[in-house]
Amino acid sequence: MTPRIRAGRPYLYEGHEWDFDTLSGIYEAIEEVAHVELGLRTFANRIEVISAEQMLDAYASTGMPLMYNHWSFGKHFLRNETLYRKGWQSLAFEIVINSDPCLVYVMEENSATMQAIVLAHAAFGHNHFFRNNYLFRQWTDPTAILDYLAFAKKYVATCEERHGQEAVERLLDAAHALTSHGIHRYKGKQKADLSLEERREQERQDYRAAVFNDLWRTVPKRRESRERSSRARRRALLGLPEENILYFLENAAPRLVPWQREILRIVRTLAQYFYPQRQTKLMNEGCATFVHHRILPRLHERGQITDGAFMEYLHAHTNAVTQPNFDDPRFTGLNPYALGLAMMLDIERICTEPEEEDRAVFPDIAGCGDAYGVLRDAWANYRDESFIAQFLSPRLIRQLRLFQVVGDSAEGDLVVSAIHDERGYVQVRRALARQYDVSRQDPDIQIVDVDLVGDRELLLRHEVTNGIALDAGNAGRVLAHLANLWGYPVRLEETSHERVLETHEAQPTHPFGDQ
Amino acid sequence: MRIIDRRRDTVGKSLPNRQRFVRRARDLLRRAVKEASAARGIREADEGGAVTIPADAVREPTFRASPSGGHREHVLPGNRDFVVGDRIASPPRGGGGSGGSPDGEGEDPFSFVLSREEFLDLYFEDLELPNMAKRHLLGEHRETRRPAGYQTSGPPGALSVGRTLRKSLSRRVALRRPKREELLRLRQQLEEMIAGDAGEERIEKLRTRIEAEEARAKRISFIDPVDLRFRRTEAVPEPIARAVMFCLMDVSASMDEEMKDLAKRFFSLLYIFLKRRYRQVDVVFIRHTQEAKEVDEDTFFHSRESGGTVVSSALREMARIVEDRYPPHEWNIYAAQASDGENFSSDNAATVDLLRGTILPLTQYYAYIEIGRGPEARSQMSTLWNAYDGILAPGMPMAMRRVSDRRDIYPVFRQFFERAPGRTGS
Repeated sequence: MTPRIRAGRPYLYEGHEWDFDTLSGIYEAIEEVAHVELGLRTFANRIEVISAEQMLDAYASTGMPLMYNHWSFGKHFLRNETLYRKGWQSLAFEIVINSDPCLVYVMEENSATMQAIVLAHAAFGHNHFFRNNYLFRQWTDPTAILDYLAFAKKYVATCEERHGQEAVERLLDAAHALTSHGIHRYKGKQKADLSLEERREQERQDYRAAVFNDLWRTVPKRRESRERSSRARRRALLGLPEENILYFLENAAPRLVPWQREILRIVRTLAQYFYPQRQTKLMNEGCATFVHHRILPRLHERGQITDGAFMEYLHAHTNAVTQPNFDDPRFTGLNPYALGLAMMLDIERICTEPEEEDRAVFPDIAGCGDAYGVLRDAWANYRDESFIAQFLSPRLIRQLRLFQVVGDSAEGDLVVSAIHDERGYVQVRRALARQYDVSRQDPDIQIVDVDLVGDRELLLRHEVTNGIALDAGNAGRVLAHLANLWGYPVRLEETSHERVLETHEAQPTHPFGDQ
Repeated sequence: MRIIDRRRDTVGKSLPNRQRFVRRARDLLRRAVKEASAARGIREADEGGAVTIPADAVREPTFRASPSGGHREHVLPGNRDFVVGDRIASPPRGGGGSGGSPDGEGEDPFSFVLSREEFLDLYFEDLELPNMAKRHLLGEHRETRRPAGYQTSGPPGALSVGRTLRKSLSRRVALRRPKREELLRLRQQLEEMIAGDAGEERIEKLRTRIEAEEARAKRISFIDPVDLRFRRTEAVPEPIARAVMFCLMDVSASMDEEMKDLAKRFFSLLYIFLKRRYRQVDVVFIRHTQEAKEVDEDTFFHSRESGGTVVSSALREMARIVEDRYPPHEWNIYAAQASDGENFSSDNAATVDLLRGTILPLTQYYAYIEIGRGPEARSQMSTLWNAYDGILAPGMPMAMRRVSDRRDIYPVFRQFFERAPGRTGS
């Protein structure tokens, strides 16, 4: 054991109690370790101390400090409140918001040690991740989000005043049903600027003039191909196929009035803001857990927290990273804190004390020595799926004793298809990566066509993967909302390899528009 | 880094959302509230409490994968002795990653706690007090403050920034205080002149002008004490509506405990209802046999007395108390009488006269419930009922109903106060 270094440093705090001075003392000590030793780069922090009641409020509005009003938030509030008051559910110790400055809500009930963990975890771990991960950098604008929320809240309130609460609520209901299909998953193609467009058009004309031959006009065309080309043209005109349904409706739904389009835009903008969080849950929690797991022991080593506080820390930390086995009654799936932390500790080990096997699997990083550097790179440039595909080591698969089971509806049983052995590593890793791929969790539904000459029916297609169809009841209700937004009938085909398996249809009952 | 203490901020940011939810689930909630109140009795009705509605009704649908069918694969931790090819009979529920859906179907019914206000809102929805507003100005201790213009002095908190700046602006314009932009422009001009080698004389002239203007700006302050304006408020006595509720009950031997319990339930309901409409509700308990007496609540409901039944004695007592303590122009007077309908037949005429001549002109509303026993009581009307029946006429603030079971109380109460077109009063 290393001898305790007490370079004249007093403890940051003793016992449970804390006040605002201790809190900022703790913060400064953590900041030193985080920035100097771990090399984290974070947004400035704003720590807000809140009560349990306020935490419940925050829960209700998806954790955001302000949000427009809608009954569904009230429903979540009531549910959480009931669970909390009956003692069935404890509240989170903190909420952290991806904004600049980064907002960290901490509960007043937390003990001093809990506050230290929370600050290390959220104010540095999550904060670093928000600031550096490519998904957040690409898709969210942390400086603007709070202003945008304020705008959204006010806009929705104004609409309620002008058009009535009911009309707005109905629109939000419909929009909320489509939130997970209101996301751009890929950065769209850049809009060409006008001069470029003009030049291209000129070139095209020049080319046509150069190869012009009047004879072609006389060649008879087949009807079918003409039709096909008109279909292709229509689709190109409407930007189809389009998987961002809300975006499509905002731009192309014929009957919506401007305020309705703006509200659709608000809903999808917020959905887009949350999308990176869904894609990086494992990494984000892993990163935050890793950071507090490095910082708190450092504080103890430096003699800044007492042994008692350190024991409390170990207890809380161990609770958070427990991973029950699959046959344990407590098992609810893989714990993102546990798996994330385990993978990051494993990367650290590979960098500093690699084994033969690691050198073969991870030639680039094995034994490189700069573990924090490698981790910072991983935090910045991966999401859950790619992170697992890249970094889940055979050793960790053995340690967690991961195995893959597959099942078909035809046969009732599940079959073990890969375990933690030489033949199974690759398969388990791939399967686990797929499991964390958000675009595979959400059904792949796209708008493929609009019948512009007929009854304006909107046609959607669900590409069925692995034979898993949509839940019919839910799909019907969402389609009813969609039909009202579109204003005309909608049809959803579930297809697999060009074969239509099932069709859902809906007619508009109360189309939105100028009532 | 900044640490901000938010604990003192207002809580209840979710209140509007909560209200929206309650409104949305209104029909279901009303049913749930009725069931809940049937289960626990009227006495606790005004406490709010847990209600349960089916989760189905407030669902938020999304496109999601069907829970069954298809080819599934899961990666799970904690393999003990499986090897490739082993079959597992009972499938473990839910794979990692995808997790359970937060608002999935087939969930447990949605249960939560309504506040007292929400509960009663639903409970008394569509009911109204007939003829309710008799407002009166009370003594000086009830008053509200309302804005009444502006004044030149006051506490800093009452400073009206807009007004003050308006005053300041007009003063500055009147005294021709140079604007900042103007000074900047002059200074810039001077620099240009110096750089452009304009004549010494012109430069000097401009410089003097600038100095003069600057001195002027300094002399005339941006905001002067004379500009300050403060919001003024004045106290206005506030009219408040008060109500007194008379509970009249026959306690002669023919009324047993069970019948008294029914009466009590009705009185409680009326009390809660009045309480929601009036800031101050007094309750007067009058019980009677052949003579009437004002008593406290406990005696009213629990002690027994024997003797005959003279209803007019109770009405007389009520009239006396009104005269003593509750001047009718200040108080909204409600009366509810519970009886099994037995009365000395010689007294019926006196009772009717008293009611028609004295009591009804005083009261906002007079409710008579006749408590019967068993089904046979329904068909046969009592003498008192028949006597009262003669008074009933459109426009009379009076209603009467029969109750024979605990289940009847709430419906009867609703009938009394249901908001109906053509009703007297409001």
